[in-house]
Amino acid sequence: MSNDLLFAITFYVLAALTLGAGLGVVILRNVVHAAVSLIACFFFVAWVYLVLSADLLWVAQLLIYAGAIPVLIVFAIMFTRRSMSDTSNADSGGIGLWAPLVGAAVFGLLLAVLLPATWFHGSWPNPPGTTALIGNELVSKYAVPFELVSVLLLAALIGAVILARREDES
Amino acid sequence: MIGLGHFLVLSAGLFSIGVYGLLSKRNAITLLMCVELMFNATNIALVAFARFGYNSAQPLAGQAFALFIITIAAAEVAVAIAILLLIYRLRGTIWVDEIDLMKW
Repeated sequence: MSNDLLFAITFYVLAALTLGAGLGVVILRNVVHAAVSLIACFFFVAWVYLVLSADLLWVAQLLIYAGAIPVLIVFAIMFTRRSMSDTSNADSGGIGLWAPLVGAAVFGLLLAVLLPATWFHGSWPNPPGTTALIGNELVSKYAVPFELVSVLLLAALIGAVILARREDES
Repeated sequence: MIGLGHFLVLSAGLFSIGVYGLLSKRNAITLLMCVELMFNATNIALVAFARFGYNSAQPLAGQAFALFIITIAAAEVAVAIAILLLIYRLRGTIWVDEIDLMKW
């Protein structure tokens, strides 16, 4: 089997799995099932990163998106149920067909822009790994966004703790 | 031959699934999950651009940008869930069509 054919089969299978898992988030009627489908979607997106030769992002995606964020989401589901069986993922009342129509319209708009465009094609130098390169750039070219993101994380941490703590009875 | 366009169509598809969910669901946690879907869709597009449009003046800019988006999305989910918990404590519900305090 030629390399191109293998790459094509891998891409189409991954694309079907990713889109299917994404649809599962929206279609499944139990919000816990939707959270599990979200984990699956993040897992397949990590594979897409690997197919695109992004090894640092693959690991970061698995650690953060398929690890930490679903834990947060499941905790949130657990703490915000009115009863043991209240895990519904229903549609908002009266939305009808508008939401799928708007979703399809957004998809059509994006395709109308993306498909006829001609993109700049660079030649991939095929480095042994992207981790060292991204690390170099994070401390040299993107040092200011790097520091700003750390300030943002600190603000988010403090904000989340203050928002969610229990008030004292006094 | 799988090229940049295929990955961009995948990204557009995942993004519009996120838009559909964001507009139609009642559970606020599902809305958060759909926003995360949209973040991942843009990340796929960015990484595809970094791979197929490699520019030696800005090498791997798409991947660095995607890494920042992953970090910011994690912080945003934490704060959003803290706000959700507070809303649930105050209003007793997280159905977004019941939290209409500003409507008369």
